[in-house]
Amino acid sequence: MTAEFKIALAGNPNSGKTTLFNALTGSRQHVGNYPGVTVEKKEGVYRLEDKKINIVDLPGTYSLTAYSEEEVVARDFLIFEKPQVIVNIIDAANLERNLYLTTQFFELGIPVIIALNMIDAARERGIEIKEDRLAEFLGVPVVPIIARTGFGTLKLMEETVRLAAKKKEWKPKPISYGEDIDSVLLDLEERIGAENFLTSTYPGRWVAIKYLENDQQILDRGRKENADLSAELEKKVEIVSRHLHETMETYPEAMVADHRYGYIKGILQKGVITHKYDKDRLYTSDRIDQVLTNRFLGPLVMGLVLFGLYTFTFTYSELPVSWLESLFGQLSLAIDKILPDGQVKSLIIAGIIDGVGGVLGFVPLIMFMFFGIAILEDSGYLARVAFMLDRIFRVFGLNGSSVMAYILSGGIAGGCAVPGVMATRTLRSPKERMATLLTAPFMNCGAKLPVLALFIGAFFSEHKARYMFFFTILSWTVALVVAKLLRVTVLQGESTPFVLELPPYRFPTLKGLFIHTWEKTWQYIKKAGTVILGISIIIWAMMTYPGLPAGEREKYAMQRQEVAAAFPAPAADRSGMTDPETTAERASRLLAIDRAEARSALCYSAAGRIGTALESVSFLAGFDWRTNIALLGGVAAKEVILSTLGTAYSLGGDNLEEDGSLAEILATDPDWNPVKALSVLLFISYYAPCFVTVICITREAGSWKWGAFSMVFNTVFAFVLAVLVYQIGSLFC
Amino acid sequence: MSRMMLRQMKKHQKGVIIAVKKGGELGRRIRDMGLVPGTEITVQGRAPLYDPVALRVMGSVLSLRNNEADFIEVEVQP
Repeated sequence: MTAEFKIALAGNPNSGKTTLFNALTGSRQHVGNYPGVTVEKKEGVYRLEDKKINIVDLPGTYSLTAYSEEEVVARDFLIFEKPQVIVNIIDAANLERNLYLTTQFFELGIPVIIALNMIDAARERGIEIKEDRLAEFLGVPVVPIIARTGFGTLKLMEETVRLAAKKKEWKPKPISYGEDIDSVLLDLEERIGAENFLTSTYPGRWVAIKYLENDQQILDRGRKENADLSAELEKKVEIVSRHLHETMETYPEAMVADHRYGYIKGILQKGVITHKYDKDRLYTSDRIDQVLTNRFLGPLVMGLVLFGLYTFTFTYSELPVSWLESLFGQLSLAIDKILPDGQVKSLIIAGIIDGVGGVLGFVPLIMFMFFGIAILEDSGYLARVAFMLDRIFRVFGLNGSSVMAYILSGGIAGGCAVPGVMATRTLRSPKERMATLLTAPFMNCGAKLPVLALFIGAFFSEHKARYMFFFTILSWTVALVVAKLLRVTVLQGESTPFVLELPPYRFPTLKGLFIHTWEKTWQYIKKAGTVILGISIIIWAMMTYPGLPAGEREKYAMQRQEVAAAFPAPAADRSGMTDPETTAERASRLLAIDRAEARSALCYSAAGRIGTALESVSFLAGFDWRTNIALLGGVAAKEVILSTLGTAYSLGGDNLEEDGSLAEILATDPDWNPVKALSVLLFISYYAPCFVTVICITREAGSWKWGAFSMVFNTVFAFVLAVLVYQIGSLFC
Repeated sequence: MSRMMLRQMKKHQKGVIIAVKKGGELGRRIRDMGLVPGTEITVQGRAPLYDPVALRVMGSVLSLRNNEADFIEVEVQP
């Protein structure tokens, strides 16, 4: 029988945790979510001879407080899942700060083994660490490793298994927090022990510390378990709190933190660490920063980098996207030939292939985007972007990291909200992140562009470029203003502290980049794919059923026969002479009938009826039923808007913007005028995001409520805007 | 030796933290990153719009908004 072990991998962000996890588990990874939250849960397996080691990669955190989802998830995992050992990865060049998290594992008492990472980089900086002394003073094993090359990882795992096999009891390490705190801590611990308060789950001393730290999660649990005792403990904490504030102007939680650092400093001073160079020496990374965050060069380089990311994502993915498109095109053609005309064929081609093709068509885009972002993130540049732009975005209740999502969504016209929404994962603050992902779809994505171009061409033709630019600027303004609006209403709350680490620049590892990219892409395919298939079938059905009644269909069949009689087909022409004019005339007449039938079928369908019913409201913004159907279709995908509008105006579905016929028709139609066009344009720019985006929002926000919110809120917002423009504009035109 | 708030520090100026006068989440975040009394810091630079500020702390670089730096008191060398 093989022995199985369960261990957790924990450490600070930027400590190389993900690199170690990838090095240990390679492709044997599984990514999921912790129940109820959007925090990713990564699990993997490492095999050591006949032993199977299950590794859970905890989210990277600096601490174990109750303030962020990641930290709560990490400590709940440790407490409820009880891994046998924590492998605590530590950046050797940053020992003192990284050990802060370690002290909190000590407080819990879980067996810890320290993986001292990047000892090569530390040595380059002149930092020498005597790991045996560190191990001795900390009382836990310490293994030096270099995660990116795999150095030391075997030894790390051997030591881990050895430690796990000992089956040690959890034994919290008594760290002193100073006289004042220690005495009250003892008092609290005694009361907690006497009443067995929460001790079935947590170590008693740990609960006492959390009470002193005013930890909301533990306080809530405590009040539920034993309200009286909880009140008593809170009272004791309050007394010491007041005392500390009066005498030293400090807080219990601050004292606890200070003494944790004191404990660390005490150990490091015992000859554990030596610095060869002056501590203030500028490292390579700092020199790079002198240029990259320079007041003038910094923004310039950032502009180039962001533009580069954008170009990389959208230009280089064009080829694979076109391959996929032609693949699905071929598939449609093949099925068109095999199956007889009818509902089944229409369902497969228009419903399934177009729907699934639409989702898979995004795949290369998403792969390129995540690859590009992974480079920026792993190299450390992303943190600099956030650093430089924070001041501007903070005004709107966001933070510096929001810029990436906006640009990818179409902040430079032609992006896509799907990768944009997914890119908000790089934001660590929950409220800022929500506000960003809800407003990113306001940007002009690539699918909205042809619509903009067509309307601008038809109604404001002489100023096309200027209008395009205007709409891009407008999108930024709208997104930022709405973000601010959300942050003072539904996403109210103080801005999340922005204490950000600017990690040293590093070369990303290819393996890391590929694993990262593949992981995210696969998640997208899996989750979006299934839901989109269902939705595209529903949309197809709405635009197809109910079909035209028999009487109507006969009418068109009769018309076709009339044409056939008036312009005989070449095969029927016994003279053997084909008259090209007759053939052309016949084809164009038949096409006109097909289009007229398609138009009445659309009008007759459920979507058409909804469009007509909506006229009673939409007239306020100047939309008629044709526009309504097109907008309805646009919820499936913005690309659908033009083709549906074409059908509603009895045109063929292809090359609308190229032959310009739709533009011409609209421009000459007496129902249309520049004011109405502007109203429609604004509505299209800001109403409900397409379904793929909604699915992504739902997933990133962790609840259907937010997906629904973005559809309803955006639509209402866009409609109000369109009505205002139409009503006010109509007064002047 | 003179005391001042972190916000007033100039580029490349060095100092030692004396107090972090903030509780709650922000205070916690500041301490989590190693900004506690006794820690030596150097102002490494500022963002193009003068805010946030980048600090050198225990060999790594942290960024802090000015209004967050307002809670940190330092003693600087003249």
